[in-house]
Amino acid sequence: MSVLFEPGPEGFLRRYEGLNARLPGHRTPWVTALREQAAKAFREQGFPTRKIEAWHYTDLNLLARSGFAEALTPVDEDVALPEATAPQRVVFLDGRFRADLAETPESGIPVRSLGANLSAAEGLLGGVAKLDEVPMAALNTMLFEDGALIDLPAETNGGAIELLSIIQSGERPVAVHPRHVIRLGKGASLVLIERAIGRGDGCYLHNPVVEIVLEEGAHLTHARIQQEGPAGLFLSTVFAKAAAGATYDSFLLHAGAKLSRSEAYVSLDGPKAMAHLNGAQLLSDGQHGDCTTFLDHAAPDCASRQTVKTVLAGKSRGVFQGKIHVHQIAQRTDGYQMNQALLLSDQAEIDSKPQLEIYADDVKCSHGATVGELDEDQLFYLRARGIPAATARSMLIEAFLQEAVDAVEEETARNALATAVAGWWEKVA
Amino acid sequence: MLKIEGLTAEIDGKQILKGIDLEVPTGEIHAIMGPNGSGKSTLSYVLAGREGYEITGGTATFNGLDLLSMEPEERAAAGVFLAFQYPVELPGVGNANFLRTALNAIRRSKGEPEVDAMQFLKLARARMKELSMPEDMLKRGVNVGFSGGEKKRNEVLQMALLQPGLAILDETDSGLDIDALKIAADGVNAMRGPNFSSLVITHYQRLLNYIVPDRVHVLMNGRIVQSGGPELAKQLEESGYTAVQAA
Repeated sequence: MSVLFEPGPEGFLRRYEGLNARLPGHRTPWVTALREQAAKAFREQGFPTRKIEAWHYTDLNLLARSGFAEALTPVDEDVALPEATAPQRVVFLDGRFRADLAETPESGIPVRSLGANLSAAEGLLGGVAKLDEVPMAALNTMLFEDGALIDLPAETNGGAIELLSIIQSGERPVAVHPRHVIRLGKGASLVLIERAIGRGDGCYLHNPVVEIVLEEGAHLTHARIQQEGPAGLFLSTVFAKAAAGATYDSFLLHAGAKLSRSEAYVSLDGPKAMAHLNGAQLLSDGQHGDCTTFLDHAAPDCASRQTVKTVLAGKSRGVFQGKIHVHQIAQRTDGYQMNQALLLSDQAEIDSKPQLEIYADDVKCSHGATVGELDEDQLFYLRARGIPAATARSMLIEAFLQEAVDAVEEETARNALATAVAGWWEKVA
Repeated sequence: MLKIEGLTAEIDGKQILKGIDLEVPTGEIHAIMGPNGSGKSTLSYVLAGREGYEITGGTATFNGLDLLSMEPEERAAAGVFLAFQYPVELPGVGNANFLRTALNAIRRSKGEPEVDAMQFLKLARARMKELSMPEDMLKRGVNVGFSGGEKKRNEVLQMALLQPGLAILDETDSGLDIDALKIAADGVNAMRGPNFSSLVITHYQRLLNYIVPDRVHVLMNGRIVQSGGPELAKQLEESGYTAVQAA
């Protein structure tokens, strides 16, 4: 490994000090102020360690001891693209917006490069992110160069968009910090399929942050598909807030990477807002996957649904942490949380931490967790019908995952997720 | 033909089957009757190959094949079919997918060509009509949300599709109303023929009014204590199992 790149937080802070006069927005005072604030927050917090309660099960040692460089990808580098999962697509190669690779149907909506359109993101960028609490988001804010900016006017149907990020890895570890900013105006709707894929076997850090503002009655379907390379580190954060009657319908899929942790901070700020924080983690030997969510019920009559399923094969480790905070004002909250893990090996481990904090007195909140192996009775039933043991196991694992994906109502997103799940299963089976 | 000799089996160290001797010649239907806890379900599970039972002695062969040394799927491929007393629910596994996978697994093992989705649907629909099953049961998860009667009918449907040489019906009558019972019995009677034999396990005589057996055996405390013709079932119904025990 090159000695040029200092490991740990210092390496990133050094990069910021060297680069900040060239980063996008370096002449725009509100941007430089935001970056300074982020640098300060990151300097104070450093990388989270296992001493922090929310990081007890996920160790970032691998990240802290590696030195990362910038990706020096030519702006017109050729890249093979996977089949699109939605009619409209924007592509980021090694973190850079590639307008030339975008596919925009006639009905498409404007998706702009954040780096090139920072002035249009004033008031939005940094508006929802919690830099002082989330060091990875502070790191992203300090160093982001590009991302997608989607600002959908009121009462617009934005259709379905794939936001594809491809990171190429080689011998030298690179770090990419994309920043996506999304606002749906009153009554607007959008299906966003955020897909991260890795090319190559090298180590890299992909540290995307998505900020989402949903105005009254807006509806966002947000499918996140992580298919990073085998040595990739995926640390992603979503900050979303939903106004009255708005719906944030999300599904997170972890299907790749050496280590992945996705955090979601979702706040239901207006009455009758709704959130789905569903997900599935598909972990095979040597992988670590962590799905951590913080859900704020900050207004009355809101509902939330969360089902997260994890399949663990070989020596893998899965984490689910789901905190639901029901504020005193949030009367008649309707919350449901379920976490299920399927252990396919004795060496796999799942840590599950549901956390409900309820300060309102008129609420309906339920949660549950199951951890198990494949059901012997179900296996026997299939085998007694002549189905070979290996096929029977396969059918039951697929069924477990199918149920997770079936929770996604929107068809384009559901199909994209189902394809990704089937692809994973074909590789593992 | 099914041939069981001196079969003993235990579960968790407790002996349940204490030396079963039984022959079901090809083409015949035999009933096994007995009170709760006599070992009826254990016998059916042991023959189908469920784990958790320790075979401590004896043999069981079907058409000369040593069943006890075979995997459950190998027994199924050899023609053994167990209709479960409590059919298992498989959420997320579509009934059509399940039935077709099973059918093709059996066909493959017989060296027959697999059926594609269209061929399968045609086949399944015809059988379902005979069993008065609504077609949407194909689309649902296997046994998920099925009533007790629907589950049992789904078992009979599987039997009709897989065309086994030996069907073991484990209390198929339990939980069925009289109409459902008749439909299930018709399903079994339709299978009757020179290449089909069946072991009908039941607590009550009722089912045997509709599936008339060639022989009736009484299983008590892990042993066959009495065998006879169909009239034995009626006697049992009148006198009860305690009379047999006393005899």
